[in-house]
Amino acid sequence: MAQLTIDNVSKVFGSTSVLQDISIEIDAGEFLVLVGPSGCGKSTLLNMVAGLLTISGGQIRFDGDRIDNLEPKDRNIAMVFQSYALYPAMSVEKNMAFPLRMAGFSKEDQTQKVQEVADLLQISHLLKRKPAALSGGQRQRVAMGRALVRDPKLFLFDEPLSNLDAKLRVDMRTEIKRLHQRLGTTILYVTHDQVEAMTMATRIAVMEGGIVQQFGTPAEIYDHPANTFVATFMGSPAMNLIDAVVSPDQQHLQIGAVNVPMPPGVKAPAAGTKVKLGLRPEWFGVGDKAEGTFDMPVRVDLIEPTGPDMYVSVKLDGQSVMTRLPAGSDVTQNSDCTLRVALDKAPIFDAETGLALYA
Amino acid sequence: MRLLRNYVPQLTLLPSLILVAITVYGFIALTMVLSLTRSKMLPRFDRWEGFSNYLKVWNHPRWEVALENFAIFGILYIGGTLLIGLVLAIFLDQRIRIEGSLRTIYLYPMALSFIVTGVAWQWIMSPDLGLERAFHIWGWESFRFDWIKQSDLAIYCVVIAGVWQASGFVMALFLAALRGVNQEILSAARMDGASGPSIYWHIIIPALRPAFLTAIVVQGHLAIKSYDLVVALTRGGPGFSTELPSTFMYEFTFSRNEMALGASSAVMMLVLVMVLIVPYLYSELRNER
Amino acid sequence: MSVEVTNPRSGRAIANRIMVYTFLLLAAALFLMPLAAMVFTSLKSMPEITGAVGFENNTILTPPRAPTLEAWSTAWSSACIAVACDGLRVYFWNSIVMVVFAVTLSVGLGAVNGYILAKWRFRGDNIIFGMLLFGCFIPFQIVLIPMARLLGILDMAGTLSGLIFVHMCYGIPFTTLFFRNFYVTIPDELIKAGRIDGAGFWSIFLLILVPVSWPIFVVSIIWQFTNVWNDFLFGASFAGADARPLMVALNNLVNTSTGTKAYNVDMAGAMIAALPTILVYVVGGRYFVRGLTSGAVKG
Repeated sequence: MAQLTIDNVSKVFGSTSVLQDISIEIDAGEFLVLVGPSGCGKSTLLNMVAGLLTISGGQIRFDGDRIDNLEPKDRNIAMVFQSYALYPAMSVEKNMAFPLRMAGFSKEDQTQKVQEVADLLQISHLLKRKPAALSGGQRQRVAMGRALVRDPKLFLFDEPLSNLDAKLRVDMRTEIKRLHQRLGTTILYVTHDQVEAMTMATRIAVMEGGIVQQFGTPAEIYDHPANTFVATFMGSPAMNLIDAVVSPDQQHLQIGAVNVPMPPGVKAPAAGTKVKLGLRPEWFGVGDKAEGTFDMPVRVDLIEPTGPDMYVSVKLDGQSVMTRLPAGSDVTQNSDCTLRVALDKAPIFDAETGLALYA
Repeated sequence: MRLLRNYVPQLTLLPSLILVAITVYGFIALTMVLSLTRSKMLPRFDRWEGFSNYLKVWNHPRWEVALENFAIFGILYIGGTLLIGLVLAIFLDQRIRIEGSLRTIYLYPMALSFIVTGVAWQWIMSPDLGLERAFHIWGWESFRFDWIKQSDLAIYCVVIAGVWQASGFVMALFLAALRGVNQEILSAARMDGASGPSIYWHIIIPALRPAFLTAIVVQGHLAIKSYDLVVALTRGGPGFSTELPSTFMYEFTFSRNEMALGASSAVMMLVLVMVLIVPYLYSELRNER
Repeated sequence: MSVEVTNPRSGRAIANRIMVYTFLLLAAALFLMPLAAMVFTSLKSMPEITGAVGFENNTILTPPRAPTLEAWSTAWSSACIAVACDGLRVYFWNSIVMVVFAVTLSVGLGAVNGYILAKWRFRGDNIIFGMLLFGCFIPFQIVLIPMARLLGILDMAGTLSGLIFVHMCYGIPFTTLFFRNFYVTIPDELIKAGRIDGAGFWSIFLLILVPVSWPIFVVSIIWQFTNVWNDFLFGASFAGADARPLMVALNNLVNTSTGTKAYNVDMAGAMIAALPTILVYVVGGRYFVRGLTSGAVKG
């Protein structure tokens, strides 16, 4: 277990800068998720922590000790890969024992340690098999087992669930989270899936364009997105960003002819400023007006039932807005209706810079 | 020590690189230098002849024959192996029961050396005891097949033996490429009403473009290097009627002690290869990433 | 396939099938004809070949009426090649020794080179690969004269070790190409996992990659075996009397025999020279074609 400090780290490939001044610090035992679209630099950062890529600037420290100049094997880390990277010619047992064998452990120690971890992950019955004879979920477990036998200070996961089918992915997600709680190890986990980030992390770093857009707990990220990128990236369906103008009295937002009250948590900019109002689909509802909500006249465009909910796409002053309503809500396609929307957590963003304007 | 460890891959690669640098690039350079000297039996660098050796080779009647033969051999050999290879591959791709055995039969000549091929075909094509006599005995009295003894036809014997040897290899290349053609495209074409031959002509054969390119390059390069086949089949004869650039080079360098002329002809062979290979290498490496 | 264009049982379809099979079998007969002529001739006695009395209607494609292995034993142990009359066997063993060493060295080095060029990227590696690749395509005539000098300087002129050296040098570009293209298809994550697990440059290669490389080893070994075994140019140019490989000896046997040409001995000799490579193809040919076409000959 280690405290991980990423201090002003940057990476340059040739003349292209891939990562700029990344600074992240987590305590021992935390579960940090790096999340972002492909090409955002999250895997580059992971590979640099692992020692598979050199860093162009800054420092990486475990418990205060610099490790960015060490070979991967000397960093006391373990990694689980997207393709699992199991050695095809070795049995499960040999795969799991490989890091121990490289580190010079005795045969007895290897066998004992592998057995312990195999029991923990419930894969003892697979030890003699070759990777090719395993299912996706089993390979995933073996890859985790190979990482666990080393008792590393830090676990690295590189999109470990993206090759699994939907149901198995959810199961493994739970299992990794449970394992983390049980072993209390520090984990650095890379994914492009914001649901994985939200469900597993104790802290999330949202990345885009080689920059950390926001670093915080899942609740902070979800409830107080720092900018429009984070706001739309986290959450599904994505948060709506509605073009609006601050009213002369600074108490309202004008969306065409509709006047929406200024949400409570924001710092109202000067009158006439162009902003974007952030509205999550689940903040919409039908029925009686309640405290802190606003009735919004919209035209229903398209209805997509999902089972428990329905995604209803509506038009508000010509702008498309996605809403999530309970199944069976009384709306009809191509008709006007009134939806109420809770504005208590709604952020607004500067239309130019995309930065959130919180009070 | 740490520095050394960081360069293990490069250092491990180094011996092979040095070997190739010397034995490929160094030797090409040396041969080029030699071609400008007056070397006879041994290399000597005291007299410079400029490009006159090239002119001598270029104007030599035997080189003229060699180039002409090379053109005939190259075109017919490459064209022949491509055509036969393609036809065999398409026919073999029709869900043939005994495909495995047939494939082995078509491919086995590739395992033979040009020397063995030459020896075998010399025997088959000899008019006294070979195929000609066989046809006479089978009742076709007027059958004549004595090309190997005729100066103007002997080069075609080399073509026949070469095509026999290499067609199977081209067939294997095409067969693999045929198996790689996207089945969904074929289904789509059938849905659109295309019939067998037009599917081949409009969809499958164009999809074999990379295989054609590979086959042309591999065969072209074999054609330029084919020295052994001529030596074993005709020994360059009758006279020097089946001379190829490769036999010319060998003859002048090692038998006639005209090293500078031999070197010049070798350089010209290299230029021939480059014309063929460099565009191919360039396109391959550019497509790589 | 949901749409059948022609009914498989229609008359036209059956006629098509017959045509396809006829063509393929005819082609097979043509491909086999030279082999049959060689085998038959090598098993005949000279009178049977020349159509002497009693054998007037014999052709090269008539199976031997009185098969005899005499020509084979002559070719193997007593045929005259140049001045020595010891048959091909000495040269056969020369070729075996040459092949074993040349193939081992060039395949071993090519495997390591391919591993480095595919998995340990460094600045300029692509240029180096391109330069190696070019070595596959040069006409060997361009290196004959300097190589003869180099072998002289290294004191290997005319020796078997000299020939092995030559074959190793010009085999490396091919084997490197094969292995590099094979290792490119192996996921990089395997190498990364190895590095994190504490394996170094050599243990990653030997413990992780080599055990999964057998298909490309088969391709490279077959390629190098046939190339070295079948080589004539280098053997004829560099081998002294004691180090002559089989192909050079066979050519001498066939083209320098004095007196009546012993066709049966020539053909037996050719068969002896051809059998090892035919054997290699029959045993490993399937893997060879599969490996070669799955990217090995593409750059």
